[in-house]
Amino acid sequence: MLSQLEGSQATAKAVARCRPEVVAAYPISPQTHIVEALSDMVRLGELAPCEYLTVESEFGALSACIGASAMGSRTFTATSSQGLLFMAEALFNASGLGLPIVMTVANRAIGAPINIWNDHSDAMAMRDSGWIQLFAGSNQEAVDLHLQAFVLAERLGLPVMVCMDGFVLTHAVERIDLPTVEEVDAFVPRFEPRQLLDPAHPVSIGAMVGPEAFTEVKYLMHARQMQALDEAPSIAADFGDAFGRTSGGLMHSYRTEGADTVVLALGSQVGTIEVVVDDLREEGHAVGVVELVCFRPWPETEVRRALAGAERVLVIERAFAPGAGGILAADVRLALAGTGTEVFGVVAGLGGRPVTRSAIRELVDDVRAGRLAPEGTHFLGLRTDVVEHQLRRADGPRPGPHAESVLAELGIVGSGSH
Amino acid sequence: MPAQQVKLYQIGTFAVGNRLLDAEQRTVQARMDRSNSLTSGHRACRGCGEALGARYVLDAAMRATGGQIVAANATGCLEVFSTPYPETSWQLPWLHSLFGNSPAVASGMAAALRAQGRRDVRVVGQAGDGGAVDIGLGCLSGMFERDDDVLFVCYDNEGYMNTGVQRSGATPPGARTATTRPLGAQPGNAFGQGKSLPLIAMAHEIPYVATATVADLHDLEAKVEHAMTLHGARYLHVLVPCPLGWGSASEDTVRVARLAKETGIFPVFEAEHGELTSVSRIRQRRPVEDYLILQSRFAHLFGEPRRDDIIARIQQQADRNIERFGLLDPRAQEA
Ligand SMILES: Cc1ncc(C[n+]2csc(CCOP(=O)(O)OP(=O)(O)O)c2C)c(N)n1
Ligand code: SF4
Ligand SMILES: [Mg+2]
Repeated sequence: MLSQLEGSQATAKAVARCRPEVVAAYPISPQTHIVEALSDMVRLGELAPCEYLTVESEFGALSACIGASAMGSRTFTATSSQGLLFMAEALFNASGLGLPIVMTVANRAIGAPINIWNDHSDAMAMRDSGWIQLFAGSNQEAVDLHLQAFVLAERLGLPVMVCMDGFVLTHAVERIDLPTVEEVDAFVPRFEPRQLLDPAHPVSIGAMVGPEAFTEVKYLMHARQMQALDEAPSIAADFGDAFGRTSGGLMHSYRTEGADTVVLALGSQVGTIEVVVDDLREEGHAVGVVELVCFRPWPETEVRRALAGAERVLVIERAFAPGAGGILAADVRLALAGTGTEVFGVVAGLGGRPVTRSAIRELVDDVRAGRLAPEGTHFLGLRTDVVEHQLRRADGPRPGPHAESVLAELGIVGSGSH
Repeated sequence: MPAQQVKLYQIGTFAVGNRLLDAEQRTVQARMDRSNSLTSGHRACRGCGEALGARYVLDAAMRATGGQIVAANATGCLEVFSTPYPETSWQLPWLHSLFGNSPAVASGMAAALRAQGRRDVRVVGQAGDGGAVDIGLGCLSGMFERDDDVLFVCYDNEGYMNTGVQRSGATPPGARTATTRPLGAQPGNAFGQGKSLPLIAMAHEIPYVATATVADLHDLEAKVEHAMTLHGARYLHVLVPCPLGWGSASEDTVRVARLAKETGIFPVFEAEHGELTSVSRIRQRRPVEDYLILQSRFAHLFGEPRRDDIIARIQQQADRNIERFGLLDPRAQEA
């Protein structure tokens, strides 16, 4: 059914229709609207049977999900940024225990400096946590991915993160085709737990494992993650059959046929990139874009297949590893090793800085004209005058904090934070 | 099978011998049908108070619920000694997640059971003092404050034993641990403000808070059984001597636990909704020295020079407990 909905409301409704029995969450912007809506639905009895636990922290939220999931209930939580980091220890535990928890990550930057706006640093920091990580390109896809996430998680016995851009998606009101209760019931089967705490059949879960078997247990985690490379597309295909639209899977290619240059990106910025691609194609330039949906497990073969025909690939990502560079770019470079395709790594849109159509256009033009070096990491729109000044200042005695100094230099007074 | 009537008189202890009691009054442990929730074969040290306490607590909870218990366990000795892969000593459904989250895991289990409409199955959360008093306190306080239907049990051996006996927030002043060695002028662990988790639990005004020791196992079982008749958040704090960490003889575990109570060092009481409802009175008051001297973690207090000043401060704390909780029988005081 088509309706005008805020991304968070749509997500909450989609999650509710998947009938979670336990929701445990701790508020953090920009995730709040999702969990507030779920709390309302539980209180009104619209989502029943369901327990909404108002926990004392994100660590408690995911821990409660761990207990509830092992008890045989479908569980859901959502968080962002600092909250995801606060869960870190429990993230690895949930995946290690093989519990099919689904979590929305409303992507937001990580401090310091504290910043509530969108980038992908939170999810990227947790990319090795053993969770499947899916990125939504639009609110429609966010809705659809949540349905697919429950199916995927429960089929494989692994937790799944559905990443959606904070504010850009969570707070945007758009036209959404929200699956009906009946449609969701038909698509998402009843939860049949693979492991269960049951007094009739007592098992111990979470035993200590030494060097004799640790490698094997961890390998199995890896093997099950890799199975998602087959399962995610197959679930997306089923979804396409049931709902008549393309959502999810490993990636979406847009106008990549015969492209000499392909942009690869995650999340909502792909929409802007597609517009730039349309402009370029109109002008006769062979440029396309690949939107990666599934970041973990890493679809190396599929990425190579999708990109290898291009002369150059431009990876635009909203996160980076300080001291190393682009995270996605590094994975793409490995996937394309030996193919002769050049990979350009660009970090953009940190802490909510808009990635505009004109900036992307300029970037693509620079890459195609050989004005950007394929090595290293480039920061889109970096104020080089400011950073150079700050670096010089840093050599002086007691230079003071960077963030406050940069704000003063740019003449910015105050910036809201939650 | 009719219980065998053996009369056996115990000497030098105030505990009522099991065999002197009517069959109905005997401990759950003395019954043929006990569940052996934590069964033999685990790797706890000889004389481990925690293993003893956990066995009594869980078997009593199992009996009280007809075997319908699910347990969430924190990281710590109890978890490590019970589940060296691929073996397990647990004969009930049991989940170990992390060190600091067992109260939240237990809350999640209780929430799932509520959602599933299963009222028969009950949840027990377990942690050492580190997992409850320190790293898990936030989650535990949340569980209390929401009044989740969980019995949470802290096995207090007054230190991080599993990692090699380091100081915890429950380590008593003067005690030597691996991070409070009596080096230089330091007399072992410093005198701080104390951190009584039972009192913190009481401040949440939850339905039931109780303390117990492994010296009085009837009392421990009775408290568990009572706790299982109630719903909502319940907290049980059990003092469990650790021969390895305390440097006490393994055959002295029960004696040391009893002395903790008889000196006033460890007050044994019950509280409902934040109000003290009963205390276990001291039967024969003993000076703290009798307790301290059995444990090498206090040996430096009795060396050269002897630290009578520290012993006196520990005595003051015990006296304060006695006063505060009314641990002496008023008639005994008059006499
Ligand atoms: C987050 C985290 N920090 C530290 C540890 C290391 N650690 C494991 S058990 C433990 C101490 C346990 O102490 P306690 O809860 O009192 O239980 P005990 O072993 O004394 O019974 C510590 C520090 C850990 N596993 N996880
Ligand atoms: S170290 Fe202490 S608590 Fe741990 S098993 Fe040994 S006696 Fe028990
Ligand atoms: Mg301890």
